[in-house]
Amino acid sequence: MIDLDNTYQTLTSRELTHEQKLMGLAKCAENALDVLNIPPRTKHFFETGAINDLFEGGAPYRPRYILPDYEKFVEQGSEFLKLSPPKTLDELIFSLMILYRHVPSITNFPVYLGSLDKMMEPYLDGHTDEEIREKLRLFLTYLDRTITDSFCHANLGPEDTRAGRLILQVEAELKNTVPNFTIKYDPAITPDSFMEQAIQCSLDCSNPAICNHAANRVPFGDQYGVASCYNILPTQGGAYTLTRVTLTELVKEAKNEEHFLNELLPECLGLIADYMNERIRFIVEESGFFESNFLVKEGLLSKDRFLGMFGVTGLAECVNALLREQGKKYGQDPEADDLGVRIMNRINELVPQYKALYSPVCGDQFLLHAQVGLDSDQGITSGVRIPIGDEPVSFADHLRHSSKFHHYFPAGVGDIFPIASNVHQNPAALLDVVKGAFSLGVQYMSFYSADTDLIRITGFLVKRSEMEKYRKHEAVLQNTTQLGAPNYDKNHLAERKVRMA
Amino acid sequence: MTKVPVNQIIPFSTVDGPGSRTSIFLQKCNIACGYCHNPETQNLCNNCGVCVPRCPEGALSMVDGVVVWDESKCVSCNTCIEVCPHHASPKIRWMDAPAVMKEVEKNIPFIRGITVSGGECGLYPQFLQELFILAKAKGLTCLLDSNGTVRFSKYPELMKVCDGVMLDVKAWSPGVFRALTGGDNAAVKENLLFLSSCGKLEEVRIVNVEGHVDAEDAIRGTAELLGPLTGNTRLLLISFRNNGVKGPFAAFSSPSAERMKQLAELAASVGFRNIIVK
Repeated sequence: MIDLDNTYQTLTSRELTHEQKLMGLAKCAENALDVLNIPPRTKHFFETGAINDLFEGGAPYRPRYILPDYEKFVEQGSEFLKLSPPKTLDELIFSLMILYRHVPSITNFPVYLGSLDKMMEPYLDGHTDEEIREKLRLFLTYLDRTITDSFCHANLGPEDTRAGRLILQVEAELKNTVPNFTIKYDPAITPDSFMEQAIQCSLDCSNPAICNHAANRVPFGDQYGVASCYNILPTQGGAYTLTRVTLTELVKEAKNEEHFLNELLPECLGLIADYMNERIRFIVEESGFFESNFLVKEGLLSKDRFLGMFGVTGLAECVNALLREQGKKYGQDPEADDLGVRIMNRINELVPQYKALYSPVCGDQFLLHAQVGLDSDQGITSGVRIPIGDEPVSFADHLRHSSKFHHYFPAGVGDIFPIASNVHQNPAALLDVVKGAFSLGVQYMSFYSADTDLIRITGFLVKRSEMEKYRKHEAVLQNTTQLGAPNYDKNHLAERKVRMA
Repeated sequence: MTKVPVNQIIPFSTVDGPGSRTSIFLQKCNIACGYCHNPETQNLCNNCGVCVPRCPEGALSMVDGVVVWDESKCVSCNTCIEVCPHHASPKIRWMDAPAVMKEVEKNIPFIRGITVSGGECGLYPQFLQELFILAKAKGLTCLLDSNGTVRFSKYPELMKVCDGVMLDVKAWSPGVFRALTGGDNAAVKENLLFLSSCGKLEEVRIVNVEGHVDAEDAIRGTAELLGPLTGNTRLLLISFRNNGVKGPFAAFSSPSAERMKQLAELAASVGFRNIIVK
């Protein structure tokens, strides 16, 4: 049955742009279909909030995250789009602008724009830096104003390139929220001077985030991209779906640790696996995506390179609930962190036992992902992060804690740190911290300067100034402002502990 | 092992040398600069007890004529430091090199080195040598931040394990130096020569306060002493700021950006190639 109230509210909203309304209305139609087989116990966990499919919709008609093989597109052009391979920088940028318009995802916008520096580098000869910067300004502004959703990501590195440096310069100047950038960093490949520029840029405009290349290339070799909010996924593929277990909610049914680990977790995780398989089955067998979409036909995507992401969130509250009587806290007490490890070990033991449909790229298994959150999350700490207010006094202790938990998540995990503005004059200091953290196994870090307009919410960026407008009920261009503003307020993000002060 | 009075240890400092470093501030100085921004590090506590009743948390007490600080009760409000008539602090920990190293180790691998500052670190050469031997064994670089009034050439064993000294050249003429600091700068000039000749002059610093520092003479004089090594020496030109300053200098204003730029231009004209204005 179509939800008429919601449809009417969407259609008459004063806070949504026309485009946002269209997408909301499409969701109402999709949710009116009843095509997925969902058993009663799964429905129960949906109702308690222990299972959450992050609004993927009732009838998936495209994979959640799509990472086209852009290098292949640049090599061969596109028959469907009637584009021959680009020969100049202008043609390259123009071709990408066209292609991005046709890359779907859960947000209906592309969540992955490729490694922009690598794609552009061969086209720079014969152009001055200022000519290139001017083209980049137009290109990046176009992306920010037309991809009105911050869950969109471009990649840089790990090699130092002229294109990479120019992109960082323009990014620092424009301070856009879209796309997000991640730089793949490997101390053995990436020179310090390039990384210091990247860190300086991230203190200017909260981008790029930094990905531990050596650790993150393990599952798929170099053929991976960082998409949306810290999702590590195979290029020429992506993720069919992402469903999460919200441990914060699941633990509420637990009688004790033993009951939680040996009864609740196996039941709930098993149901999530079945549910994701049901979604994968529908996308692959019924939606027609893989038979009809030109990205597949032209080899930019392959069904064999998609997987199901098994999301985990709220470990902190789960641990704290089980240790309430002892008064021990996750991120502060070793006993609590040890319990966190026991829970993650149990999850890591259970998930590989479930067979994932149509997922040869990861051995027919689901891959764990530390899910960063939803606007509706209140009192649920992202993934395996430490709750705001409970962070250890010592930055070193905080990073050691991250390193203990990051390795469970090949499909992405990350921490966010506001950094004192004095680090601006010494980016090498923050680079030293990154090097140390990565050497201990931290897989992904992002920073923003404590005094910036651009705030990282859970993974995406929102401007303080835009949140102000939203709070006054004005329409705002980016839909992520609508997700970010309530999250920023409810979860006290302003109180994150500032590091390196 | 030598025990020294430690004022504080900053786990991740971004302003005490290259990269991320743990900074150790030792208590007590042999001069007293008018513009000192942490004057509470100048003297050792003389147990006058003025701070004891003023502590809002009851973290200070007088035991057998000695002021005792209870770290577990302290909330770092710094009231004791504000009321101290003696430019000292009751919040001092006497530590030897292994104890300091234990604190430093918590920050490995997130730091590339340590910097010992003060007060005047040069007053504790034996401790510095003991600490640096331990730090070197952990692969850390070891820097000193010094007012230059202690002759480093007297401590060859320390210099073997010290990677460099960040040296203050507070003023050039002995008269101006004395008026500013109460001390003598002959040793500073000897240190400039000695440290640069053995490749351990990490940085030269000049804080400019209009009318109280002969910054131009200091820039010219330093360049003259360093000769051909001037171009390889990093020069930090620091604009006076009154944060934390006590006494008459607290009312002084900072030099203009224009003036600092002039000084940087002068420095470039006499051969400095690595000039940072802060």
